[in-house]
Amino acid sequence: MSSLQSLDIAKRSATTTPSPIARERIPAVAKLIDVSSCIGCKACQVACMQWNDLRDEVGSCQGTYDNPVDLTPQSWTVMKFSEVEVTPGRLEWLIRKDGCMHCEDPGCLKACPSPGAIVKYANGIVDFISEHCIGCGYCVKGCPFDVPRISTKDNKAYKCSLCSDRVAVSQEPACAKACPTGAIRFGSKEDMLEYGAGRVSELKTRGYDQAAVYDPVGVGGTHVVYVLQHGDKPEIYSDLPKDPTISPMVALWKGLAKPVALATMVGAALVGFFHHMKQGPLEVPEEDEDYVPDGQPNVVGAENEKSAYTQDS
Amino acid sequence: MKKLFIQRYTDNQRINHWLVVLFFGLAGFSGLALFHPNLFFLTQFFGGPQWTRIVHPYFGIVVFLLFLVMFIGFWRINLWRREDTQWVKAAPELVFKGDEAKMPPVGKYNAGQKLVFWAMALSLIVLLATGLLFWQDWFANTVPIWIQRIAVAVHALAAFIMSLTAVVHIYAAIWVKGTLRAMTQGTVSSGWAKHHHPLWYREKMEGRSTVSRPQARPGD
Repeated sequence: MSSLQSLDIAKRSATTTPSPIARERIPAVAKLIDVSSCIGCKACQVACMQWNDLRDEVGSCQGTYDNPVDLTPQSWTVMKFSEVEVTPGRLEWLIRKDGCMHCEDPGCLKACPSPGAIVKYANGIVDFISEHCIGCGYCVKGCPFDVPRISTKDNKAYKCSLCSDRVAVSQEPACAKACPTGAIRFGSKEDMLEYGAGRVSELKTRGYDQAAVYDPVGVGGTHVVYVLQHGDKPEIYSDLPKDPTISPMVALWKGLAKPVALATMVGAALVGFFHHMKQGPLEVPEEDEDYVPDGQPNVVGAENEKSAYTQDS
Repeated sequence: MKKLFIQRYTDNQRINHWLVVLFFGLAGFSGLALFHPNLFFLTQFFGGPQWTRIVHPYFGIVVFLLFLVMFIGFWRINLWRREDTQWVKAAPELVFKGDEAKMPPVGKYNAGQKLVFWAMALSLIVLLATGLLFWQDWFANTVPIWIQRIAVAVHALAAFIMSLTAVVHIYAAIWVKGTLRAMTQGTVSSGWAKHHHPLWYREKMEGRSTVSRPQARPGD
């Protein structure tokens, strides 16, 4: 949210030149959310509100435990509860902490037209820099996870910052700090994947054959990873996409189309210029012109032709 | 002796066209500012990046409404005719050799002008329809994201086609001497009409017998 960060920037929205790369050995971080250890207490939601000083409006019950029912500009993380029967007759309560996935290849950043309004730090955290946000909503189209929310109060986009301000001073994100069961962990991505792999093999011994770490390759991997009991069916976890990628429409619009369209438009003007240099103007031969005697109207079809309307050549 | 002119556009038609020029320019440049990062500096002409985002859709709507007035006045005369296809086939001769002699006789508008007219009209309809779908201030929150993704790409494509059309349109007016006068004063010289739009010339001059030919041209 704020740009007063001590973190190095690896990628910057609407910027066509490279970011500083002198410091190379900055480890990627990740937050691991172990859905199998989550009890749905929402301490993470409260910690997020408290640390980020956010207060959503009091909503109403929609018949589920989801509160609020969806991410909002004031709720950057929301517990999503789903009741499924993967094995018929055996009800499972799957609780997924929804929020920004911090993609290695962020679709929001790709779509953003405002230079520096979205940055990806060298450690992998994707952050919105609010003072540069223009409120266009392009990040919403870019995101494969439907995460950014545009406030109607200030026309700014909001989402989880992975507590970049805390991480910058070697603190873990507020949600990870508050989690009572250790379902949310934070560390280097390497360590998190290793821990996740351990959890997966544990789950497998308990009969969850398809348990897996959710770190989708379609977006280059994410810096928020899940441990899922049913890793082959991420969509049962409140529509977690199975193979998220940046939409081909967005990739075309913010990829090839940008330089090609600009070059073609400039090129068309240049073609016109050089056509004129070679062909010269298309002129009317003087003998094609008609003349009328002085004193007579010399404009045919004028609105007020009847009055002696004349025009100088 | 005075040169003879033919009225091509009324004052109101010209005012309408100039307003389209103005608002097309505003919509176009504010849109380009958000299309390519290297053109982001254009936001400074609209009061900054936020303001560019705010005003761009309104400029677009104004262009659409102004063009609608123009469309109502001109769509019939721009309907495609068989001669227009022949004109397009002969067009390379005109464009690359400047030889107009082989072109089929043209009425008020030639096929190139008609193509510009229809390209502009269709682009504007597409721009309006797609633009509304992802207009954040009013509609975007109620439109499914997958539709918005198509809309942004199609919006950019239509804007691209419209910009190219504008380049062709502006250059044609510069290339064919005597054309700009129609835009600034509403008239064209009789020679311009006879040379480039002979059928329209004949229609306008019908019943006028007393047009004196320049036996002694000024300057002879």
